[in-house]
Amino acid sequence: MKDLRYIDGVTSLSLDRSVCIGCKMCSQVCPQAVFSYHAGKASIEDGDGCMECGACGVNCPVGALSVNPGVG
Amino acid sequence: MVCTRRSWSDLAGTVSVRLGFNRNRYLVAPGLYAVGAPDRSAPVLVTANYKLSFDTLRFALPGRHIWLLVLDTCGINVWCAAGKGTFSTQELVFRVEASGLAKLVDHRRLIVPQLGATGISALQVKEQSGFSIQFGPLRASDIAAWFDNGKREIEGMRDVTFSLKERAELIPVEFHLALKSMWWLFPLLFIISGIGPDLQITARLMSRGMWMIVALLAGTGAGIILVPLLLPWLPGRAFALKGAIAGLLCGLFLIFMTETGLRLPELLALLGIVVVMSSYLGMNFTGSTPYTSPTGVEWEMKRAIPAQFSLLVGALMLWVGTPLVLT
Ligand code: SF4
Ligand code: SF4
Repeated sequence: MKDLRYIDGVTSLSLDRSVCIGCKMCSQVCPQAVFSYHAGKASIEDGDGCMECGACGVNCPVGALSVNPGVG
Repeated sequence: MVCTRRSWSDLAGTVSVRLGFNRNRYLVAPGLYAVGAPDRSAPVLVTANYKLSFDTLRFALPGRHIWLLVLDTCGINVWCAAGKGTFSTQELVFRVEASGLAKLVDHRRLIVPQLGATGISALQVKEQSGFSIQFGPLRASDIAAWFDNGKREIEGMRDVTFSLKERAELIPVEFHLALKSMWWLFPLLFIISGIGPDLQITARLMSRGMWMIVALLAGTGAGIILVPLLLPWLPGRAFALKGAIAGLLCGLFLIFMTETGLRLPELLALLGIVVVMSSYLGMNFTGSTPYTSPTGVEWEMKRAIPAQFSLLVGALMLWVGTPLVLT
């Protein structure tokens, strides 16, 4: 979210760009506009905006994304 | 979009946060519904059996012919149910099967609200039911525009918002939750206020006891009304800090604007109580917002709870000690 921000630098979101196939599913499901795309692959544009809802991890077809709330 | 994602509530030792009202009035029977006169090529929208989600979706599509596939989420809205695991891949696959959807439509496509994506894996649904999933817009109110745009989102349709109106709508829920978990503080601290060196208990209850109740009310108001309303303008990121600042403002207002007849240590104690109450309730509000990450909440709680606890103990010692020590 652009106007309301929460704690920075704690998100458990991680992306393995080497396996990403650039299908853009992650940005279809993300409610916080976390992702952008460069060179045909996803990249984490705004990781601090992530609310760890897990939608991207559940729907990435190649398992490039992981979100683990509760292990911080 | 009221979601009480309170996985940390056990940690905080708070009481159950289930909403108290009768859920049955908010249920829709799960299954397949026809809106208008859908044919074999009409789109299929998936939703939860929460009456409000169901109605909002139904009325957001006037004059259109669609199928509505209602999943059994025990009367909980899509987002919360997806988080809890009832709006799930398994339930969707089961409901597609049980409703005989494949015999009623020629296509093999389902439209699932974006907020359901947390619970539903499009890939697995495709593998298990043969239906492919397209995630629709986040808000039901955007769905007509999304259809008109050729089932493609328009700028902003994918992003969650938390406007003043949305925050204000949560105040009654917060009030309900606060009452449920905090009510016992009121009689307890009222009675404690009567403690003193002599038998003039009634007199102390009428002055100190009443002011304690006022302080608790001020702290509650700051935490559940000011924090949601002033959220973007209260300084800091952590909700405990936002709550503490809202409480400080309310407490100072209370002390300077009223004639309490109390002594300085007592006033400081009351200020502490207002701040603790507001900070704690403000922190609880993280469970109802659509942007706080569980890892962030944990980070904040680890730091805030010891501080809140110390302040509470200090304030109570000051409060009880003053009439015993100063005469
Ligand atoms: S969903 Fe996965 S594979 Fe697709 S773009 Fe995102 S990270 Fe890459
Ligand atoms: S966990 Fe949710 S908010 Fe975070 S990046 Fe994934 S979809 Fe976006």
